[in-house]
Amino acid sequence: MAAVSQSAMTVESSVEKPKMTARNLDLFYSENQALYEVNLDIAEKQVTSLIGPSGCGKSTFLRCLNRMNDTIDGVTIKGEVTLDGRDIYDKRIDVVQLRARIGMVFQKPNPFPKSIYDNVAYGPRIHGLVNSRDELDEIVMTSLERAGLLKEVKDRLQSPATGLSGGQQQRLCIARAVAVSPEVILMDEPCSALDPIATAKVEELIDELRSNYTIVIVTHSMQQAARVSQRTAFFHLGKLVEVGETDQIFTNPKDERTKGYITGRFG
Amino acid sequence: MTDMASLMEDRAAAKVISDNLRKPVDWDSPKIARNIKKRYAAERRFKIYGLVAICLALLALCTLALSIGSKGYSAFYQTYVQLEVTFDPAVIDPEGTGDPEVIGRANFDGLIKQALRDRFPDVTSRSEKRNLYGIVSGGASYDLRERVLENPSLIGQTRSIWLISGDDFDMLNKGYIDADVEEGSRRLNDQEVSWYNELVEAGAVEKQFHTRFFTNGDSREPELAGIWGAAVGSFYTLIVTLALSFPIGVLAAIYLEEFAPRNRFTQIVEVNINNLAAVPSIVFGLLGLEVYLNVMHLPRSAPVVGGLTLALMTLPTIIIASRAAIKAVPPSIRQAALGLGASPVQTVTHHVLPLAMPGILTGTIIGMAQALGETAPLLMIGMVAFIVDIPGGALDPATVLPVQIYLWADSPERAFVEKTSAAIMVLLAFLVLMNGLAVYLRKKFERKW
Repeated sequence: MAAVSQSAMTVESSVEKPKMTARNLDLFYSENQALYEVNLDIAEKQVTSLIGPSGCGKSTFLRCLNRMNDTIDGVTIKGEVTLDGRDIYDKRIDVVQLRARIGMVFQKPNPFPKSIYDNVAYGPRIHGLVNSRDELDEIVMTSLERAGLLKEVKDRLQSPATGLSGGQQQRLCIARAVAVSPEVILMDEPCSALDPIATAKVEELIDELRSNYTIVIVTHSMQQAARVSQRTAFFHLGKLVEVGETDQIFTNPKDERTKGYITGRFG
Repeated sequence: MTDMASLMEDRAAAKVISDNLRKPVDWDSPKIARNIKKRYAAERRFKIYGLVAICLALLALCTLALSIGSKGYSAFYQTYVQLEVTFDPAVIDPEGTGDPEVIGRANFDGLIKQALRDRFPDVTSRSEKRNLYGIVSGGASYDLRERVLENPSLIGQTRSIWLISGDDFDMLNKGYIDADVEEGSRRLNDQEVSWYNELVEAGAVEKQFHTRFFTNGDSREPELAGIWGAAVGSFYTLIVTLALSFPIGVLAAIYLEEFAPRNRFTQIVEVNINNLAAVPSIVFGLLGLEVYLNVMHLPRSAPVVGGLTLALMTLPTIIIASRAAIKAVPPSIRQAALGLGASPVQTVTHHVLPLAMPGILTGTIIGMAQALGETAPLLMIGMVAFIVDIPGGALDPATVLPVQIYLWADSPERAFVEKTSAAIMVLLAFLVLMNGLAVYLRKKFERKW
């Protein structure tokens, strides 16, 4: 019965022109089911935030969206995830190209131990997006500019990326993701390892990126979800409990569990 | 709301525990003081154990270095005897052709013997003469020939020339043969010792740096035996070993770490690799003998077979070290690359491998050093042969440094004792060099990242 009521709810809250959709998504780590019948639409050029207590499956769900779960042994996925209406788990889909179209930023900043320039240039290089050095330079500069990092690093593009501060590293990772011109950017708790000032910068950046990219962000901070996202989805114990406009979720949640979580009574 | 209910229960339980903890602790009680004292004593004891262990290890190392060094250093010097040699045209080039081939065939040995007879004219009997000729090494005639071929104008002249001495004479000069003991229990009789004393008084005995030791191959004559043949053999053997075991080992490690599914098959492979690392090396020798020599009919005693055999032995070491190095690369780097759309192979070659390289290289060089010092498997495939020529390639018969040491240690001549120690010093020098290289490479690559 629960399945029926849930799918009824998601249909109710589905968006007009979804960039990505998940339909009846089940995910198993070997024997343990981590996601149960998740139905969720990701609206284009909006920020969708996924919230919920630890272990609720929100990061797992995020990694389903660019098939990063493929790299983990023993993961089985049922159901359907689409990008622009095409099933991304279709055999004909090239995972490499898919991940170029759906970029990802991780919880801990993970720049390559190379120069700042090479970090940003890596994506365009492996995908053969550029024909000349000048073109590559331009992409690197634009990406850094978009990530709000250019001013801070333009004099030391050749110095190692690992020498940057945590916040700068995370923005570099965003620049690196942006450099391959993705359509969707997935962010897995991008600010959890950053101090409040760096967090504010990254949040500002997310807001700016919204005009060009579809963004899905996993966060533990309710305030962050409220600040940066237009839509919010609440996960609990592997199930999508409620999804809707961020304002509605935070001011007028329909589900008791959502209410309990956002008011801090459990989790 | 079962979640809520269980939460309440947890809180209640936590409260009981924290009440028990609230009892005040008397930090000045004798019991606590005793405990602290005991803890400090234990720490001091532990420190002392560590120091003792290090001292013992250093002592062992020093003893080894001292005993080898003190025995071996004299092998780097060789006794030379000065004699008046007459380059008799009648012996060297009776027809005055000046043809190098004729000169090359001449009896230079006879010239040296003549010079010795001239120096000690009162020696007449056959056995005395044989002893007399022992003062100069059999290899001295080659030196003379070289000299004359280089400078034919010597023919007809009489020159005083330093000639390499025989091994017994050399031992006497280096003090390894004691002239004071009874005649019957030393290798040189009184007459030979008196010749020696006479030559020393005349200033005709001298120790010179022994370059031959570094340039010659093996020889039955200790004064002519050198390490170069074995060093070249070791070089070719290691090249073959490296060329095989490095790529195979690294690729196997990459596959097992990055691509292989975790199932029963890979588990069995892993267990077997770890077991192989512990297999006694002579077993690999037997395998090499059976497979490479008996089945594949590769040349006996050749570095190529030695290299193939040692590669088998080194593979597990390289695979284990490489896997550890690859495992140590943070997963976040792989995720970053995969998240950008790099293929698994690109992820490995662009990011994982460069980061793992210092560890892989260290493991490889340690494996190579192990192979350099290995003797047992090479005995099985015939690299223990007495080989005089310096090998010109991996297919020529050769021996290697540790086997050379084994061969010399087995030789009866007194002079081979110092050669053995000197060869050990050369081998150790190579090992130190290789380990130094490992440290250098690790540092260099680490700095880059």
